[in-house]
Amino acid sequence: MRPIHYARCLRGIIWREALRFINQRGRFLAALVRPLVWLLIFATGFRFVLGVSIIPPYQTYIPYQVYIAPGLIGMILMFQGMQSSLSMVWDRETGSMRTLLVSPLPRWYLLTSKLIAAVIVSVLQAYVFLFIAYFWGVHPPRLGYLTVLPALILAGMMLSGLGLFLSSVIRQLENFAGVMNFVIFPMFFASSALYPLWTVKQANLKLYYICMANPFTHAVELIRFALYEKFNLEAFAVVGGSLVIFMTLAILGYDPGRGLIARRAGTE
Amino acid sequence: MLDVKAEAAEHSGAGAPGEEAPPLVVEGLGHAFGERQALRNVSFRLNRGDRTMLLGLNGAGKTTLFSLITRLYNHRSGSIRIFGFEIKDKPSEALARLGVVFQLATLDLELSVAQNLLYHAALHGLPRREAAVRLKREIERVGLTDRLREHARTLSGGQRRRVEIARALVHQPKLLLLDEPTVGLDVASRQFLLDHVRMLCNEGGIAALWATHLIDEVDSGARVIVLHHGQILAEGPVPEVIRRANASSMREAFDKLTGERSE
Repeated sequence: MRPIHYARCLRGIIWREALRFINQRGRFLAALVRPLVWLLIFATGFRFVLGVSIIPPYQTYIPYQVYIAPGLIGMILMFQGMQSSLSMVWDRETGSMRTLLVSPLPRWYLLTSKLIAAVIVSVLQAYVFLFIAYFWGVHPPRLGYLTVLPALILAGMMLSGLGLFLSSVIRQLENFAGVMNFVIFPMFFASSALYPLWTVKQANLKLYYICMANPFTHAVELIRFALYEKFNLEAFAVVGGSLVIFMTLAILGYDPGRGLIARRAGTE
Repeated sequence: MLDVKAEAAEHSGAGAPGEEAPPLVVEGLGHAFGERQALRNVSFRLNRGDRTMLLGLNGAGKTTLFSLITRLYNHRSGSIRIFGFEIKDKPSEALARLGVVFQLATLDLELSVAQNLLYHAALHGLPRREAAVRLKREIERVGLTDRLREHARTLSGGQRRRVEIARALVHQPKLLLLDEPTVGLDVASRQFLLDHVRMLCNEGGIAALWATHLIDEVDSGARVIVLHHGQILAEGPVPEVIRRANASSMREAFDKLTGERSE
């Protein structure tokens, strides 16, 4: 296998994801409803309940919907990442994982390509969300729309990597509802997506540490800072590090020699 | 011509890997899940043009064997060589020469027939133009040219299987694995698949390993491997296996060999 084979394979995987995306416009829009409900209803309701003081990267007092917008983008990336990763295994209807794994290209490369393709779709969703949010008073600086792109890609990769890792090891989470309850909701609520962490710190110090250890918090902060043309080194380091860890674990999980798959197969 | 080559390959044993080596050589293969021994000392070989039916009841170890040959996970002991390439050491060379039809339906129903095949070709690193030519030829051979642009969802179960066979051959492998490909199909579709694979072996020189629990699918022109509780009980051309078991039919031979009633 030469580099040209690798390139063709990656192009094919992205092409397929794009086709699925075009064929499933309904699903694409439906996935946007969730964060929009939070933005348009929840944020409006809480507008005067939660006062948000001036915290970086913001330079003035901001309305609540401006605060939660990056958190909701994180939510889009997380849902999309989990869904695409987990569906590869669960999707009995298509068994697409088996098709993928008989490719002669190395498995780590196939999984990474799959991840990249999924992230491209979720980044598109994030931009559609930002577009709609603009009409709801979320006005980041114009250049912020550009500077947020690398943050979206990195955060998206990290969250999809987590999904891929989970799909390789966890058998008990039989459906998406299980993942919602045990992974997505805890990660979403124990983060800086809905409230600044200083409020959590005042209320409960232990919870604060949990939030700080949550990679999703750092994904949200990376996006929040990047959207306002700022770079958050700590968030970048945590998100990047988590990406490496999750991908390594996922590749080990799908490694035919180490056999988390093999162990699972035996019980089927 | 083919026979000469096949014989040469046979005599060269498991010599130099490449197109002259036998399509599939399994030797002393064993695999266990925890305590449960799924396969025990399994050895067999497929030569060029061989059509071999892997016959066994559910739970005999057929799916495990297929998972190992397709390298879903690694085997514990023994060896699997595809055209001389040990699957554990040279997975890329081995998988590039292998076509698979899985037990589960694996077409992407959201995509068209052509898109499904192009995707598969891309996974094998084929250039798009070449893939387009090959997929037309393969889809024509299974008689579905007029459905090429349609969504896979609109096809019947039998048609989907035919597309899956066409897909498995797009990268022109000389070894084809089929894991219970006729499950859930009507009689006509089943017969089409059986005839098609027979044609591929006879005319294309493809070696095929067809797993089944249906004895009806084992015709006298094929070779058969009887797998039971993870072990091979008999192997060879069907008439020979029947004769060695002192039976008058494959069904009787199977019942005698396994001591169980067949389907």
